[in-house]
Amino acid sequence: MTITGPVALGSQSLPRWIHPGAWWLWALALALAASRTTNPLLLILIVTVAGIVVYRRRPNAPWARSFSFFLALGAVIIVIRVVAQAILGASFGTVLVVDLPSVQLPTFMAGLTLGGPVYLESLLGALYDGMRLATIIACVGAANSLASPTRLLKSVPAALYEVGVAVVVAVSFVPRLVEHVVSTRHTRKLRGRTTRGVRAIAGSAVPVLHGALESSVVLAAAMDSRGYGRRAPVSTMSRRTTSAAVLIGLVCVVIGSYGLLSPGMPAIVAIAFILLGLFGSAAGLWWASKSRTRTVYRPDPWWLPEWLLAASAIGVVVAFIYVGNMFPALLVTSTMPPAIPALPMLCVIALVCAATPGWFTPRPPLHSSTPVVVEVRT
Amino acid sequence: MIHFDDVTFTYAEKSEPTIRRLTLEIPEGELALVVGQTGSGKTTLLRAINGLVPHFTGGTLQGRITIDGRDTATYPPRELADLVGVVPQDPMSSFVTDMVEDELAYGMECLGLAPAVMRRRVEEILDLMGIADLRDRPITTLSGGQRQRVAIGAVLTSHPKVLVLDEPTSALDPGAAEEVLAALQRLVHDLGVTVVMAEHRLERVVQYADRVILVPGGNAPITWGDPAVMMLSTPMAPPVVHLGRLAGWSPLPLSVRDARRSASGLRSLLIGQQPHLRSVRSAPVPVAEIDSLVVRYGQRVALREVSITVDAGTITALMGRNGAGKSSLLNALVGLVPHAAGSVTFHAAAAQDHPSRNVLATVGLVPQEPGDLLEAITVAEECRHADRDAGCAAGTTRALLALLAPEITDTTHPRDLSEGQRLLLALTIMLAARPPLLLLDEPTRGLDYPTKHRLAAILRDLADAGHAVVLATHDVELVAEVADRVIVLADGEVVADGSTTDIVTSSPMFAPQVAKVLAPGPFLTVDQVRTAISEESA
Repeated sequence: MTITGPVALGSQSLPRWIHPGAWWLWALALALAASRTTNPLLLILIVTVAGIVVYRRRPNAPWARSFSFFLALGAVIIVIRVVAQAILGASFGTVLVVDLPSVQLPTFMAGLTLGGPVYLESLLGALYDGMRLATIIACVGAANSLASPTRLLKSVPAALYEVGVAVVVAVSFVPRLVEHVVSTRHTRKLRGRTTRGVRAIAGSAVPVLHGALESSVVLAAAMDSRGYGRRAPVSTMSRRTTSAAVLIGLVCVVIGSYGLLSPGMPAIVAIAFILLGLFGSAAGLWWASKSRTRTVYRPDPWWLPEWLLAASAIGVVVAFIYVGNMFPALLVTSTMPPAIPALPMLCVIALVCAATPGWFTPRPPLHSSTPVVVEVRT
Repeated sequence: MIHFDDVTFTYAEKSEPTIRRLTLEIPEGELALVVGQTGSGKTTLLRAINGLVPHFTGGTLQGRITIDGRDTATYPPRELADLVGVVPQDPMSSFVTDMVEDELAYGMECLGLAPAVMRRRVEEILDLMGIADLRDRPITTLSGGQRQRVAIGAVLTSHPKVLVLDEPTSALDPGAAEEVLAALQRLVHDLGVTVVMAEHRLERVVQYADRVILVPGGNAPITWGDPAVMMLSTPMAPPVVHLGRLAGWSPLPLSVRDARRSASGLRSLLIGQQPHLRSVRSAPVPVAEIDSLVVRYGQRVALREVSITVDAGTITALMGRNGAGKSSLLNALVGLVPHAAGSVTFHAAAAQDHPSRNVLATVGLVPQEPGDLLEAITVAEECRHADRDAGCAAGTTRALLALLAPEITDTTHPRDLSEGQRLLLALTIMLAARPPLLLLDEPTRGLDYPTKHRLAAILRDLADAGHAVVLATHDVELVAEVADRVIVLADGEVVADGSTTDIVTSSPMFAPQVAKVLAPGPFLTVDQVRTAISEESA
């Protein structure tokens, strides 16, 4: 006799880490969608979708609390954008909101106006523009909360591994530098010296840079003695060929993307460039990876939930590009005259689909131990 | 396993070689202990084993070093990574990843092991080092002992045949040090790993060693041999060895257990004797009063309503495990961390006639990371700065440094000094200012026994001259030698406060070796025993 559960879920839906690449793909798709529209309703919807998924699927880790920071940053950007428009920007329109006292600027700053009448149309334009930027930032914040950048590094192709490590070391260099600045300020205090003024900065610059550099050298020595940089013997010729393939491929991708965004090049040529470039770089990277002896510990799997996540991301991009090409007025809300923003059904459906990962993806694993600084002794 | 064949090594900018004509063989499965003065070249010797010297540091190496048949001249450190595991002095600065499990796997990833092998080895090492409950913790949240065990585990996953450790217990409290040493013992006994370890705290390790390699520094040759033989003559010896020499025991005891078995005669000789303690003024004059002091970092409370009065002319030792709040207390005293509640009052009488017009007139602290204190480009300049800061006569600091560390030269860059020498320089800078209250955070990390004795003498002189000294330390031998009073902190609270004799003899964790050997007698140091014996025979 066999006993079966209500649904055969399999191990794919047990709590586990979702592939960080899938989360970043999803978040970048939302950001791309946001960059194509100034429709405030759609922008709010995108932020809501990102927020729902972050709320439901973020892990219990230090980096996961960054989403609210990114939201706050976005809000600040909107405020700055609108205020700057009101005070500095040339305002056009018919509906006068307020008439600020204007300041006559000297002739060499003729492009700028300070104060003067502020019209609703200009303010709305600035508001939508700020919202778009804030939404893009919120999407990056969502990716950051759902999967830390260091986890993403684990999935980088072996050929790019060194570049990835350099990035991670550079990122960890900054907190180290800050640590050294703090401790040097402290020790200056201990020696009874001032911690303010030019002399203090000059005096502490040497130990700070020394200290940070020294810790980097120590780290480099440790990495070297643990085998970083070992590689299988490869001929110079094949190394150069692979580098050339990757480089040419990336140039093709850049040309193709430019062509896709600018009206000058036929879409089919641009897409051909992109595909050719991607193929070239992929082949180069694959070939280069063969010369590495490096392996990855517990790589994150790419299973059905990851495929669905990627599909929802592609759905959003396709929907926004299609609507944007066919009915541009739906995505770009008119401010001149101010119009009520439309709500294109296709985009809404795609965004609702992009919110479903909050339910269908497996939960992140719980930490078995919460960080405590007490040592247990037996 | 490790062959040094007529090896001479000279750093690029030095004229004298650091290692001179060394021929040495360390066979497989041995635990070799490298002993020597502060800055004598122990670290250089260790780093030569995996090729960091000279591949990473530069310099000229003559002769051949082969590890299991591989010549370090042709194999750079990364190609020896599968054979030699190196745990550097400060594990925190050498972690590559930010999570414990990833750190354990890092070396194996570089070696290109199959995922299934990596998975199995990580689980094995987690159990072997006793860190399975830390596996998904960020490394920054670990205590010192846990970090050290993670660092050892991280090199063990590559299954090296040789393990090289640079002062693995110097930053650890006695309990954590025992954990690390127990783990090392298991490696040598069960897995046959060859271990080469440099350590100053011989009282912790010498009984485990199969061989002692003495690096005397200067131009003297490196010598080695059986620990009991080597310990007969060297000044780098733990108290139990000095006690054995004093009593004339043969063979020389290396552990407390051996010494206790020989000590019955000495114990009966000393019955009824009391050690001479440093006389402390009968009417105490407080220098600083700490009243219900609270220090917190966010949610974590580092000190909970601690009240302590520090008297002039006394030496107080703060003890307790890593993270108990010792450093927080010292930092709060000099105002580096804010007080959440409570107060610190300095009695200014002593500060009135102090030459300097700044914080040094009331209190001076030697921090745990002494390197941050140094900012000049030569030792001489650093000393001149210190004279100016302290407002004392020119040359005071330099003279004091010559007393503490005669081997340090004027033109050396402070960053080129060894860890221990840097600490001595920082100590000297603070000692020269002679603040009424002197605070020392871990003052003996990386210091050899003779230097520790000199430091102890200077601290006693300061106290005799009416200064108050507070030192936070894990070094029970130093505490036994200098402290009049011991305060034990745990979890931010004072759990014990009393005279050194009362506190350390009542706790097996904090008891010095002499006290363990002569228990229940009240003797703590070899000097006390020596005085008592000479009085007995007089």
